[in-house]
Amino acid sequence: MTDNTRKIPRTKPRFSATFDPFTISEIQRAAATGIYDIRGAGTKRKLPHFDDLLFLGASMSRYPLEGYRERCDTDVVLGTRFASKPIRLKTPVTIAGMSFGALSAQAKEALGRGASAVGTSTTTGDGGMTPEERGHSTTLVYQYLPSRYGMNPDDLRRADAIEVVVGQGAKPGGGGMLLGQKISERVAKMRDLPEGIDQRSACRHPDWTGPDDLEIKIEELREITAWEKPIYIKIGASRPYYDVSLAVKAGADVVVLDGMQGGTAATQEVFIEHVGLPILAAIRPAVQALQDLGMHRKVQLIVSGGIRSGADMAKALALGADAVAIGTAALIALGDQSPDLAEEYAKLGTVPGAYDDWQDGRDPAGITTQDPELAARLDPILGGRRIANYLSVMTMEAQAIARACGKSHLHNLEPEDLVALTMEAAAMTRIPLAGTEWYPGRQGF
Amino acid sequence: MTNMQEIDLAQCTLREANSQLQSEDATGAWAIRNPRGRHALAVGLTAPIDVLIDGQAGYYAGGMNQRATITIEGNAGPGVAENMMSGRTHVRGNASMAAGATGHGGLLVIDGDAGARCGISMKGIDIVVRGSVGHMSAFMAQSGTLVVCGDAGEALGDSLYEAKIFVRGEVRSLGADCEEKDMTAQDTVLLQSLLDSAGITGYPAGSFRLYGSARRLYHFHVDNAAAY
Repeated sequence: MTDNTRKIPRTKPRFSATFDPFTISEIQRAAATGIYDIRGAGTKRKLPHFDDLLFLGASMSRYPLEGYRERCDTDVVLGTRFASKPIRLKTPVTIAGMSFGALSAQAKEALGRGASAVGTSTTTGDGGMTPEERGHSTTLVYQYLPSRYGMNPDDLRRADAIEVVVGQGAKPGGGGMLLGQKISERVAKMRDLPEGIDQRSACRHPDWTGPDDLEIKIEELREITAWEKPIYIKIGASRPYYDVSLAVKAGADVVVLDGMQGGTAATQEVFIEHVGLPILAAIRPAVQALQDLGMHRKVQLIVSGGIRSGADMAKALALGADAVAIGTAALIALGDQSPDLAEEYAKLGTVPGAYDDWQDGRDPAGITTQDPELAARLDPILGGRRIANYLSVMTMEAQAIARACGKSHLHNLEPEDLVALTMEAAAMTRIPLAGTEWYPGRQGF
Repeated sequence: MTNMQEIDLAQCTLREANSQLQSEDATGAWAIRNPRGRHALAVGLTAPIDVLIDGQAGYYAGGMNQRATITIEGNAGPGVAENMMSGRTHVRGNASMAAGATGHGGLLVIDGDAGARCGISMKGIDIVVRGSVGHMSAFMAQSGTLVVCGDAGEALGDSLYEAKIFVRGEVRSLGADCEEKDMTAQDTVLLQSLLDSAGITGYPAGSFRLYGSARRLYHFHVDNAAAY
């Protein structure tokens, strides 16, 4: 019998784990507009990542190196297989390919300045090479993409390496897009497109269709550049063992492997979140492919997608990579997501840390925009200094870890230095679960 | 031709052959003997020289040409004159797929037929095909002109930007956003000049039809979702 004189306790409003607030808002947005959501950046879901690995450090059976006295070298040479002029970098962290068009000219210049200051490379993107970028980049990798926007033999010869882009981690199997807001007069001219249109980039190269063709394409590129330039092949992480094997077969000097945490200028949200592999799951199969072919350390492996710190870099190298590349982290170092821009982010309906409408070209930080007034906010000299600072910190962090593991070169880090914190990470990396000598799939547990 | 400098691929490597042709000091006329379908022949040339490929060429013959005049006395493999910037490439026989792909300038003449995706993603190159072209020709073609004296396969000009396509024969089907246009006097002059440059006579400009972009896909719109 109900006591009507007492207030009945009510349960609190309960949100569904399946239909969470973001999912509901996306359904509502889709119903209102009839078109999928397009955004920038990489996946935002929680994934197994480098945080799921730890270094063991030195102990009774290993002795460390003195942090402030004993050397821990960081240099790396890329393109030693066929190129007569391989690239020599002072630190194994590079700037990933991002286009002029997706980024402002100031941002591209800043990336070049920062990378050059610490002795590493930066990379062009879809849309060609700008004089600012070439002029301020000591070592510049020129991307060769399906769209071939701005592609020309003079820039090929001006480049220090050529990166044939087969795919990228944010959208393996997908082409690119750059919405009309960012197709300024200069971008349109470089890409030979009408100004202001929504530009599409093809998902496949126009004149080759598989690894056998790619081998011939690479021969052509080498012939045009007198076999001087290292040829990279960039793949989105999806079938890393087979893709790396085929890239080696096609004649790559360097393989770039990009996980799904890697950013994009503009792609469908559903694509970013539901296609591809996290980089943690892709490194060991890639390294295994190189080892099975006897090409580990002969064809260099660069990994990218969610690299944030020297710890991430050190873990990637310990798993067998030769270098890492950063994109999103570099943009953050430039000023993306700054709390100083909170008011302007609010006007765009977002907050610092969540801004991902890079496709709209209204970036208050002046990075992912072609608006002259917004772009002018980014000082390329100051931006370059911030990039250099960040790259230096990453390098010093990796050195600190390597010394603690007793390594005199970052490349001496090895899987044996690591343990996994989760079953998933152990299974993906074949690194033993912490406190055990076992990983899923290993016999004898 | 007198004073022709000869490169015999039966006697030297591809690198040696291309190095000579790519030299800043290269001048005059050159002949590549015994090409035997070798890939990447006469690529990356920068000097205004004449190059005769005396036989069949493999993939990417004349790729990224700047200023040279290249003649292939035979058939050409995929991607002939790909990304050509300027100059002229003339295929006396047939060309495989992706002829003139992404070319930025210059003139590509094909005396025979061209395979699939002729002129794909072209960016200013002019292509004249005396015969027919395969499916998906001029796919995502951005600028320049494709002239087809024969027939065109399925999905001609799919996702076309501002390139112009002239076809004298039948078109199996048009691709998304490609439509027939009225030919202006200016178009007729353009067509005739390209036919003249290719040395093609007997085909009056009035016997061609012009195709171009309907520009309906220039901006993403939900009503066009089925076409993307």
